[in-house]
Amino acid sequence: MTVVATGVDRLEAHLRGRRDAGRALLVPYVTAGISADWTRYVEACAEAGADAVEIGLPFSDPMLDGPTIQEASHRALERGVTPQSLLAELAGLAVQVPLVVMTYANIVLRDGAPAFAERLSAAGVSGLIVPDLPLDELDDVAAPFEAAGVAMILLAAPATRPDRLRRIAERSRGFIYGVTVMGTTGERDSLAASAAGVAERVRAATDRPVLLGFGISRPDHAVQAAAHADGVVVASALMRRVLDGAAPAEVGADVAALRDALDRR
Amino acid sequence: MDLMLRGIADGVVDSARRSMMDDPGPLGRFGRFGGRYVPEALIPACEALEEGFRDAWADATFRATLQQTLELYAGRPTPVTPALRLSAELGVTVLLKREDLAHTGSHKINNVLGQALLARRMGKRHLLAETGAGQHGVATATAAALFGMRATVFMGERDMERQELNVFRMRLLGAEVVPVTSGSRTLKDACSEALRAWVTEVADAHYCIGSVMGPHPYPWMVREFQRVVGEEARAQCAGLLPAAQPDVVVACVGGGSNAAGTFAGFVDTTARLVGVEAAGGAAITDGAPGVLHGFQSQVLQDEAGQVREAHSISAGLDYPGIGPEHAHLADIGRAEYVTATDEEVLAAVERLARAEGILPALESSHALAWVLRAAGTPALPTGSTVLVTLSGRGDKDAEQLAARR
Repeated sequence: MTVVATGVDRLEAHLRGRRDAGRALLVPYVTAGISADWTRYVEACAEAGADAVEIGLPFSDPMLDGPTIQEASHRALERGVTPQSLLAELAGLAVQVPLVVMTYANIVLRDGAPAFAERLSAAGVSGLIVPDLPLDELDDVAAPFEAAGVAMILLAAPATRPDRLRRIAERSRGFIYGVTVMGTTGERDSLAASAAGVAERVRAATDRPVLLGFGISRPDHAVQAAAHADGVVVASALMRRVLDGAAPAEVGADVAALRDALDRR
Repeated sequence: MDLMLRGIADGVVDSARRSMMDDPGPLGRFGRFGGRYVPEALIPACEALEEGFRDAWADATFRATLQQTLELYAGRPTPVTPALRLSAELGVTVLLKREDLAHTGSHKINNVLGQALLARRMGKRHLLAETGAGQHGVATATAAALFGMRATVFMGERDMERQELNVFRMRLLGAEVVPVTSGSRTLKDACSEALRAWVTEVADAHYCIGSVMGPHPYPWMVREFQRVVGEEARAQCAGLLPAAQPDVVVACVGGGSNAAGTFAGFVDTTARLVGVEAAGGAAITDGAPGVLHGFQSQVLQDEAGQVREAHSISAGLDYPGIGPEHAHLADIGRAEYVTATDEEVLAAVERLARAEGILPALESSHALAWVLRAAGTPALPTGSTVLVTLSGRGDKDAEQLAARR
């Protein structure tokens, strides 16, 4: 498959191409800097069948994250990493799938959106998720990312009303991130009942790829979610394993198990 | 300082001042600060709260109920006390707005009664709150008891150790106190945890923020609920001062709610407005523009954008940000923001206790410390008049004061 799209459209084109070929999309997440060899987790995810990898740039006050990602962020910051040092490490990676950064508004705006957009672009990042930068605060910020070829990915929550959902679907680039639950990130025993509704409401508003995230912890959750959406994001379950000492190959095996379950569904 | 004096000499006209500290509009903007930087899950709740507040604030019955509760329950109006001996010592006329005499011991009750009544009007039965020193937590627990609501208060583990008595008071009032063990285990982490809890329980719970911070409409709404401090003080000053208004109005600033309420009563006068931050938590003096806890303001942070911890003797001022409207008032030069050190604050506590028989809270003592330092200098010349908002009483700090002596 040849990806012809460039700039800000390349992430969406990549994901659409795979979706349209019948594949359920899988986006694992890695907290940048969680360990000295964190980029090996990114490579392991990519090699185990990820369609993109989400990279969390740690922030001191992660408002939408539960205990696992809080701990992962804290551990990374204790190592003395900065967004610049982490993006520099990312730039040296040769993974075959798109990289998407997730971080908080203060990190994005610290040196101004144009500077941050440039840094992402230089690191080879093609998408950005900022959970505390909602639609209403986007106008002054979005243009530099568009220009730098970084897709600004917006989130939709179970409580998001239909008119707003339409605007989110319109403004979002790359894909739409459907939050399965009214809550923070973190492992759950079962997929939230609100997941299907969110996915279906977003899908009704757009034909852009729709990925579900928050509380998708196991292969059976991923399969259930993929019945309603184009794919899933898996974060806390993988970072819990890293915090507990799992090596890159072991996390890679977890991702491979998710991939396998999605392919056999 | 000179800038301020020049501003007054230029005679900034009253009409321009009148539009200050008004409705920040649907986006909640105070100049380049404010806004609503929250996850999508909280947007409907913020919108509903804004609508609910606009509706209630325009409703005479709601306003009358709140006013009656403030009078019959919380002890308003609080007096303005001329600090006679201190004034004689300093050579300036010092007036104290006595929020220390309000029920629960600080101005926090004004905001909490407003928000609890609003929450009830909106059909919510559960109040969530963050607290630093515990004053806002105690006020929230009090309002919840009064209105038969549930209260859950998030408090940093380190602050719980520093303010054991307030933890006990909250529990005695029937509130659940949740220790926050993440990050620095202080106020900023308690705010993050309360926001996380709100995302999860947004259908039934109201997040009762304790200061002029957070996503729109909070900074505006909390200032309006605290406006009573400034409006009362203005009327009281008119009866006490030959010039009807003080030359300078000063208040301590953490998030900045008592200062916002006080300043709102004087922003359209020629009085100089001075906010005093803790030297170890001075967001205006040492911060840079940033986004934290749902709003844009001046924030203490490193070069990479990681938020720094504030350090102050008063847990209530240990916050790395400041209300967005204060950042704006500093921007446009309408208010000036200075700092006081822990040592100056301790000296101020003792000075007021001995001179006037009033034990002020460590937070409020920052405002006093500035008066003591500035009196007789061009910042507060001999013969001038100054109104100090005494935001709370110092009983809660007795143990800490004893340890420092």
